[in-house]
Amino acid sequence: MDRSLEHELVNRGHVACPGCGAVLAMRYVLNVLGPKTILVLPACCWSVITNRHPNSAMKIPVFHTAFETAACTAAGVRAALEIKGVQDVNVLAWAGDGGTFDIGLQALSGAAERNDDIIYVCYDNEAYMNTGIQRSSATPFGAWTTTTPEASYKERPKKDIMAIMAAHNIPYAATASVAFPEDLMEKTARAKQLRGMRFLHILCPCPTGWKCASDLTVKLARDAVNSKSFPLYEIFDGVRYKLSYKPGEQLSIAEYIKPQRRFAHLKPVEVEAIQQQTDERWKRLMHTVSSWPA
Amino acid sequence: MKQVLMGDHAVARAVQLARAEVISAYPITPQTLIVEELSEICARGELDARFIKVESEHSALACCMGASMAGARTFTATSSQGLLLMHEIMHWSAGARTPIVMVNVNRAIAPPWNLWSDQTDSLSQRDTSWLQFYCENNQEVLDTVIMAFRIAERIFLPVMIVLDAFILSHTSEVVDIPDRKDVDAFLPPFKPLLKLDVDEPHSFGSITGPAEYQQIKKMRHEDMMDAIRVIKETDDEFEKIFGRRHGPVSAYRCENAELVLVTTGAMSGTTRIAIDRLREKGMPVGALKIRLFRPFPAEEIASSIGGAPKIAVIDRNLSVGAGGIFAQEIKASLYGKATRPAVFGLVGGLGGGDFTPDAIEDIAKRLLGAQAPEADVIWEEL
Repeated sequence: MDRSLEHELVNRGHVACPGCGAVLAMRYVLNVLGPKTILVLPACCWSVITNRHPNSAMKIPVFHTAFETAACTAAGVRAALEIKGVQDVNVLAWAGDGGTFDIGLQALSGAAERNDDIIYVCYDNEAYMNTGIQRSSATPFGAWTTTTPEASYKERPKKDIMAIMAAHNIPYAATASVAFPEDLMEKTARAKQLRGMRFLHILCPCPTGWKCASDLTVKLARDAVNSKSFPLYEIFDGVRYKLSYKPGEQLSIAEYIKPQRRFAHLKPVEVEAIQQQTDERWKRLMHTVSSWPA
Repeated sequence: MKQVLMGDHAVARAVQLARAEVISAYPITPQTLIVEELSEICARGELDARFIKVESEHSALACCMGASMAGARTFTATSSQGLLLMHEIMHWSAGARTPIVMVNVNRAIAPPWNLWSDQTDSLSQRDTSWLQFYCENNQEVLDTVIMAFRIAERIFLPVMIVLDAFILSHTSEVVDIPDRKDVDAFLPPFKPLLKLDVDEPHSFGSITGPAEYQQIKKMRHEDMMDAIRVIKETDDEFEKIFGRRHGPVSAYRCENAELVLVTTGAMSGTTRIAIDRLREKGMPVGALKIRLFRPFPAEEIASSIGGAPKIAVIDRNLSVGAGGIFAQEIKASLYGKATRPAVFGLVGGLGGGDFTPDAIEDIAKRLLGAQAPEADVIWEEL
């Protein structure tokens, strides 16, 4: 394996927190997409991670845009490339969960409905981490954030962004986890080969916001999958579901959330409620997957 | 070639002649005819452009910004609420130095609902670093859209062209449409200094500290101030090819005037009719049309007023709590002058009220007899 950093498109000198899952995700995705990629970054952790002017950790062109405009700005970049006859360049919109599930959802829905030819990655760390850990609609049930303090933790489940994207009948949507880099890169390669709107939803643990040790990022990204909290699957054309990985012996939700102090206030009965929600979601997913035999 | 065109269709023809490459827009009355006509033009293959029909004005402008960053000539159009929704991206696109051209059809802001002419929508975008032109007739609309691309692409700031709802947008007038080859000679293809390019990667808009931020903002201000020179040069070059010029401002019969009526947009033509009638009766009145709002043509206004002791600024707009916006700007620009006229700030025609020649004649007669304004805002009931 080439251990030099010369081929990396995320350079030395980025300013992510220790243990940032979102940096792993960017490295894996860009390793597959390659240098012929234009990156559109709305407000999110990554708009800071690239480092401050005049330095940049990125070896590809980057345009910083407004919070809610990742998808439509990227669509504009693609339109310009098309009219100029440039065909071999990836246009990558890279947004956090706030910029995707919440404020950017309208623009994303518009681009998805038009089937604009972009790759849209949502790196999901399950809250507004860049502004200091406030709840988003991607924050899971029960979690503490600075706007959902322990005494009034988040009482609604995480929004099902994949179902929303599937409802737009886009060519490709997939979930991925930074603990499964081969799977993540395979999915990126699949997205790269297709045209139209391609959506990747990547779970990126955030030690700062999840209140855990910074060496647990990959373990938690793996436990999220093995506890069926964050299943790995693909959706083709909005209808054909394919499971990417079936956990062996299921890890309990209690085990998954134990190292995360954002859940430390939960009573056993509340943890059990999350377990039930998780099992129910998995059952529904399996039902959908089984209706499309491999 | 002369043709009878509505203002909105004059815009579409100008965009076609200017060979816009990426268009992105969202429908809103009374701008809709522009996007409908451009859709037809693109569908017929008469303009080789990508037209992205987005889900909001906010996305429309962001789309144009992305396309402009990647090197395409871009256009959008809107009105009223749509323009207000774009506000954030107006700042962003100007900061990103993307030379987008936008047409805003002036329409009143709700509530209550009102679809007619009122300039408060565009004037409330004053501080977004966009150039703003206010047009008097459909010929000026067509010419200004073509000029706007050239000005924007020289100074790397976006330009807004404004026309009155219905009074111009839906009114048919004779418009001289330039030949395509002449427009091509006047307006060469867009060549960005820098763009999103995988062969020469740059980051645009990364976080800065206070010193760099202020420096970048100062450069933008200086380039905007320099735009007056570029606008005049563009006027000269336009006149050489097309035989018409429009100027940042234009004065009409201001010689020896006791009173100058200052107007913008479609009411400027009406005002000249009133001035002719009054001059026939021997009354010393003139008119000054302001076409350019940003950058503000302070010197041009001061010299055009000449020695007139009184001016009356007629504002079809209102900054609630302050008054008419052109009146405020003109007062501020005259403050440092050794001799300055009394400024009467008139507000009227909000939400589409019609300034007829008679109404303007009445205003002039009344103010000729007045010594000083009795209030900061003089309301005109039409």
